[in-house]
Amino acid sequence: MMEAADQQKICAVINEKFEGEIVESGMIRDFYTIVLKKDKITDIIGYLYHHAETKFQFLTTLCGIHYPDQNQIAVMYQLHNLHTNQRLRLKIFLPQDRPEVNTLTSVFAAANWMERETYDFFGVNFIGHPNLKRILNVEDMIIHPLRKEYPLEDQTREDKNDSMFGR
Amino acid sequence: MIEIQQPKEVIAPDGKQYSYLNLGPTHPATHGIFQNVLKLDGEVIVESTPTIGYIHRAFEKLAERRPFGQITPITDRLNYCSAPINNIGWHMAVEKLMGVDIPKRVQYLRVIIMELARISDHIICNAVIGVDTGALTGFVYLFQQRELVYEIYEEICGTRLTTNIGRIGGFERDFSPKAWEKINRLLKELPEVLKEFEGLLNRNRIFMDRTIGAGGISAERALNYSFTGPNLRAAGIDYDVRVMNPYSSYQDFDFIIPVGKNGDVYDRYMVRQEEMWQSLSIIKQAMDKLPEGSYHADVPEFYLPPKEQVYNNIEALIYHFKIVMGETEIPKGEIYHCVEGANGELGFYVISDGGRTPYRLHFRRPCFIFYQAYPEIVKGSMLSDAILTMSSMNVIAGELDA
Repeated sequence: MMEAADQQKICAVINEKFEGEIVESGMIRDFYTIVLKKDKITDIIGYLYHHAETKFQFLTTLCGIHYPDQNQIAVMYQLHNLHTNQRLRLKIFLPQDRPEVNTLTSVFAAANWMERETYDFFGVNFIGHPNLKRILNVEDMIIHPLRKEYPLEDQTREDKNDSMFGR
Repeated sequence: MIEIQQPKEVIAPDGKQYSYLNLGPTHPATHGIFQNVLKLDGEVIVESTPTIGYIHRAFEKLAERRPFGQITPITDRLNYCSAPINNIGWHMAVEKLMGVDIPKRVQYLRVIIMELARISDHIICNAVIGVDTGALTGFVYLFQQRELVYEIYEEICGTRLTTNIGRIGGFERDFSPKAWEKINRLLKELPEVLKEFEGLLNRNRIFMDRTIGAGGISAERALNYSFTGPNLRAAGIDYDVRVMNPYSSYQDFDFIIPVGKNGDVYDRYMVRQEEMWQSLSIIKQAMDKLPEGSYHADVPEFYLPPKEQVYNNIEALIYHFKIVMGETEIPKGEIYHCVEGANGELGFYVISDGGRTPYRLHFRRPCFIFYQAYPEIVKGSMLSDAILTMSSMNVIAGELDA
């Protein structure tokens, strides 16, 4: 659980150099989350990495989320400050038809495969990534399977009535 | 007349002649399905290109069509050497999403199971390090003890490797007297064997020469690569989720976090070895302090009612039907829950939109994240060290490929 003072401090650090980049911020359950504009995400994370008051120097994880209703793909970054044990989640929203964002590999070496995984499953193009190709799926696959438009089961099946048992 | 063509020698621009070797995907020494294309200068590795995904099973996609209770068997197959930690981690993630209070007894029983799983995972890793350095004896002795751990699982949930242990909210039944007997037997027998094993390897000149300095990584690089678990601690960073973000009442127990210094194979081995002793101590403490009470939380939406009640009580029948068909209501929300898996921070990032299945489920798999440092670690080392490095990092194919 992050104190309100710490939350304000993080926002202040971002606003110091990147005025107007924060779209919204708030606690989601026990996790402080900031939604940012997509253009300067690498610079902001790099700034939070080096700034003496934040020092988010550990990338816990990174993943994509598809919202077909809003035609958006979100990318979620989870950072961790191991000195003060504070965790921070950053989110950006990209347009579904052309998801592009700068790579984080210049800040965290660990972002390499995580971004490749996100590219593989959501088709997010990480600009400047040293080796952006599929990682878990076969290379000649033509879809990005975790997007919601690719249903898991054969939708032509008639022996199951989905109106009774939900999604 | 046909002219026989001799293969042309390929000379690199720097005048050296490199050879390429496919290590894996099914080589016995890789202990799993990993492929590495190694560029070798003599016996020294110049470059390594790993290919992963050979056993990718699309767990994150599968989870989007499965009710919460039915995702547990998927988590079994992540790190299959310590499946109970994954199961219980997932149960705790769902409980966090629903905001359920878990009885103290369940938390302590979970701690016992998770520490047993950690021991069995570390047994595999360290025994295999022994095998890869040519010491098969220790492997055979330690695996006898791992069998005892599996017998305990069997007594509690009926299965051995992919355990599917427990339920959301607790356990399906209390531990039987036979299970306690087997845990006590392990607590009595394992320390002796572990001591013997340590006597065999810890100060063994051949083992030390072979492992010290091999496959090392600095603390800075390890952090930048988001290492967690024993691999990070071997590099000298004392990050442990059990202490940083205590879950399941870990704050009630006294234990130390062993740390190494050089992050090499020997340090990883020593850290894991010490963690086994700590796990044994935690199990003993949990058994001594084990509170009375229920072995499951009061969550009728997830806890299958006893069979007699299903046949005689309409409410129980409804719940039984709902649980089996996966028609439980889950609140909307977005959570991240992490546990200290045997290999590091195992995280579950769940987004629920109120439907019967998660809207999105992302596993933070420690193996997937630290295995990408492998090319950097093995660069410039000998081929035989590369094999040792892989087994000491304890890369588990199931967790790597999800």
